[in-house]
Amino acid sequence: MSKELLDIKDLVVEFPSRHGDVIAAKDVNLTVAAGEILGVVGESGAGKSTIGNAVVGLLERPGRVGGGEVFLEGEQIIGKSQAELRKIRGKRIGMIFQDPLTSLNPLETIASQLIGTIQTHLGLSDAEARERAISLLDQVGIPDPSERVDHYPHQFSGGMRQRVVIALALCAEPDVILADEPTTALDVSIQAQILDLLKKLVREKGVGMIIITHDMGVIAEVADRVAVMYRGVVVETGPTAKILGNPDHPYSRSLISAVPRPDVRLHRFPVVESIEAAGECKELDLNTHWLGKARDFGKSDGPLLKVDNLEMVFKSGGMFGGGKSEVRAVDNVSFDIRDGECFGIVGESGSGKSTIARLVTSIYKVAGGSINFAGTDLTKIKKRRELNVHRRQMQMIFQDPFSSVNSRMKVRDIIAEPIRFHKLTSSEAETRQIVDDLLDHVGLGAKAAVKFPHEFSGGQRQRISIARALATRPRFLICDEPTSALDVSIQAQILNLLKDLQEELGLTMMFISHDLPVIRQMCDRVGVMSKGKMVEIADTEELFKAPQHEYSKHLISLMPSYSGLMDRDDGQAEAS
Amino acid sequence: MFKFISMRLLQSVVVMLVVGLIAFALFRFVGDPINNMVGQDTTLEEREALTESLGLNDPFLVQYGRFISNAVQGDFGMSYRLRQPVSGLIAERFPATLELSLISAVLALVLGVPMGIYTALKPKSLFSRSFMTISLMGVSLPTFLIGILLILFFGVTLRWLPTFGRGEVVDLGWWSTGFLTSSGLKSIILPAITLAVFQMTLIVRLVRAEMLEVLRTDYIKFAHARGLSPRLINFSIALRNTLVPVITIIGLQVGSIIAFAIITESVFQWPGMGLLFIQAVSEVDIPVMAAYLLLIAFVFVVINLIVDILYFVVDPRLRVQS
Repeated sequence: MSKELLDIKDLVVEFPSRHGDVIAAKDVNLTVAAGEILGVVGESGAGKSTIGNAVVGLLERPGRVGGGEVFLEGEQIIGKSQAELRKIRGKRIGMIFQDPLTSLNPLETIASQLIGTIQTHLGLSDAEARERAISLLDQVGIPDPSERVDHYPHQFSGGMRQRVVIALALCAEPDVILADEPTTALDVSIQAQILDLLKKLVREKGVGMIIITHDMGVIAEVADRVAVMYRGVVVETGPTAKILGNPDHPYSRSLISAVPRPDVRLHRFPVVESIEAAGECKELDLNTHWLGKARDFGKSDGPLLKVDNLEMVFKSGGMFGGGKSEVRAVDNVSFDIRDGECFGIVGESGSGKSTIARLVTSIYKVAGGSINFAGTDLTKIKKRRELNVHRRQMQMIFQDPFSSVNSRMKVRDIIAEPIRFHKLTSSEAETRQIVDDLLDHVGLGAKAAVKFPHEFSGGQRQRISIARALATRPRFLICDEPTSALDVSIQAQILNLLKDLQEELGLTMMFISHDLPVIRQMCDRVGVMSKGKMVEIADTEELFKAPQHEYSKHLISLMPSYSGLMDRDDGQAEAS
Repeated sequence: MFKFISMRLLQSVVVMLVVGLIAFALFRFVGDPINNMVGQDTTLEEREALTESLGLNDPFLVQYGRFISNAVQGDFGMSYRLRQPVSGLIAERFPATLELSLISAVLALVLGVPMGIYTALKPKSLFSRSFMTISLMGVSLPTFLIGILLILFFGVTLRWLPTFGRGEVVDLGWWSTGFLTSSGLKSIILPAITLAVFQMTLIVRLVRAEMLEVLRTDYIKFAHARGLSPRLINFSIALRNTLVPVITIIGLQVGSIIAFAIITESVFQWPGMGLLFIQAVSEVDIPVMAAYLLLIAFVFVVINLIVDILYFVVDPRLRVQS
């Protein structure tokens, strides 16, 4: 164990505040050796990123290192001046950040950003630095590097930009690379490529790498060893197979059990205890309650939603005629959703998933095709008022829990708004009672009604969104990536809640996600989208066992396998 | 890029035509031009002859076309009040206003941008905080009050600087400048400061807010993580990104310095276009008002065009991709 490149000993990071110091990291011990990948995993707020920032002296104010030592090849680097640390950053410790779209200066060419960094550390001439920049781009797998080097960041796709970011981190051949959620913002297929690249670089160059992530799939894919963090403390460190397969600490156990299983469908998600208690809430008797009434929509024969040859085209550019371009976001898509089922739509970003949701809810106007909801063609309805009758029956839950609720309204008004708009109650007192009951039912508690959204966490806000969606007593719920902004443990709770509600209220659901394991757990049937086309529709289990279309096969092959993931003693699991 | 600029030029022409229409409408709807030109004892026949000779009986479009084509050639007719060609009056006054605006714009930029950068980089320093407090006064005090206070202090009490007029000017044929005499230079100081104070505080606050925003972005953090020097990060990466949105506002502000020098010119009796315009309004001197309107619109259109072109230079994302 003497070949450790980076050795973090008893590191404490604190953020002083008016109410005393907040300890973001407490007595953290981590080591990484040459050619090794250490995964640091934990949920948001666990202090993962704080450690990386503390090591290179980039803590955001007022954060400070409260104690402990960090050795880089035996040399203590805590307490060095910013000027000395600048010689370490980039040259000996490289960093890679999460979002490739915002990590690059939009106003400079790739060449100038690379050359600036190379010259800062290596003092090469302009021509030599440029040559090195080109060879770096070649190493990270960018085609035509000598031409692409003069392009601007916006001319690259997300995955390519992350490659540029990696090239920038490699400029001065650092010994250690800190990668903070390097693939979180990327699609699965791009994620696989980037992870391969990182693995290759570590093996070939003998670099030590710390990958900070919340994604167990990434850990399973690349890490040699794993450290699990919980509220600023490393609760467990060990080889990846051991941590994923047989963790000791109860938190690690529950965290790993909350990861949606890609291989077997469970009835419910195991829930992580001790994370975010949903609070004691009374259950509603739906047979007598308002929420359960007026649910008799009449048994329609045939599917609830029948979409035929749907088309949507986005036009851009051209004020005086020139430079128009068309994007065919939805291209001849047909599917039906049966009464009471959960229909999944899966695909990568830009495949047109969300556009379908917006077309079905008439947020966008269709360019062609028909949308039959309970026997009525919504595309034929001209009057807003008539459309609202149908809109009441379908509600939507959005991805981002922070921007999808109005932060200037109290929770009560947020949830009451659709009730008031559709005039579903006879008095304000009744509305209030219903809002309180809804809050109880989604697990927030009636006390939440008088608070503002900023007082809630992401998961709790998503519960507010769900309560709001239920407030119109809908029969059809569209969930557009409802949990992709949430931690795994919260995700498990929210997905369980959705499953329960579907069962109790007999809801029909359209569930949009890029996350295959989540789709497998939630949906009865799945449609696979690629570039605006729906390439395959199949029963969920069939799709996962025997995908027909090439693209579906490709997508499923990229799914993290978690080989040797711990046996979860869940009696309801049906082995396949 | 060429296509974009020619498109903007085309739009500018449309804007100018519409402003021309409004200016032209002044003649028709604000008072009767004949009444403004003739005495009370003019006979009806004489009036009609005058109407005919001025072409006021022609159809609307013909008159509008004539107005525009005259305006393009720099002919805005005769001032009712001064009985002189309007173009001559404007040409006489324009240098005064432009010199004043130019000095105050330079003053506002040269002081405002670095102050904005400083207050953004060192938001906690005593100097930054006291400056931000003082700048609130700059924004909230009305221009004329600042002007009067400056006159009181530097002109009346200390007697350092002249309080009105342009001082001695040197005639360069088509341009009269106050920059070449000491009295001219002294005279411009107080009005230029008065005009610049508001713009400067605005620019400081704008640059500061934008820069603070940019300093929080990932690419700045990533630049620090690559060990680049703070000087390179702050002044090359951050500043350029700050300037992209700031350019528009500054451009429009420079336009409004020229257009709204009116108050400052009145306070300091500066013989510029603003003063000419105020007098024209009080005397219903429509040709002067129309010409002023067109000229200011033209200034704004030109500045906007320059801003658009600057955008192209600064921000590569706007350059048309092949």
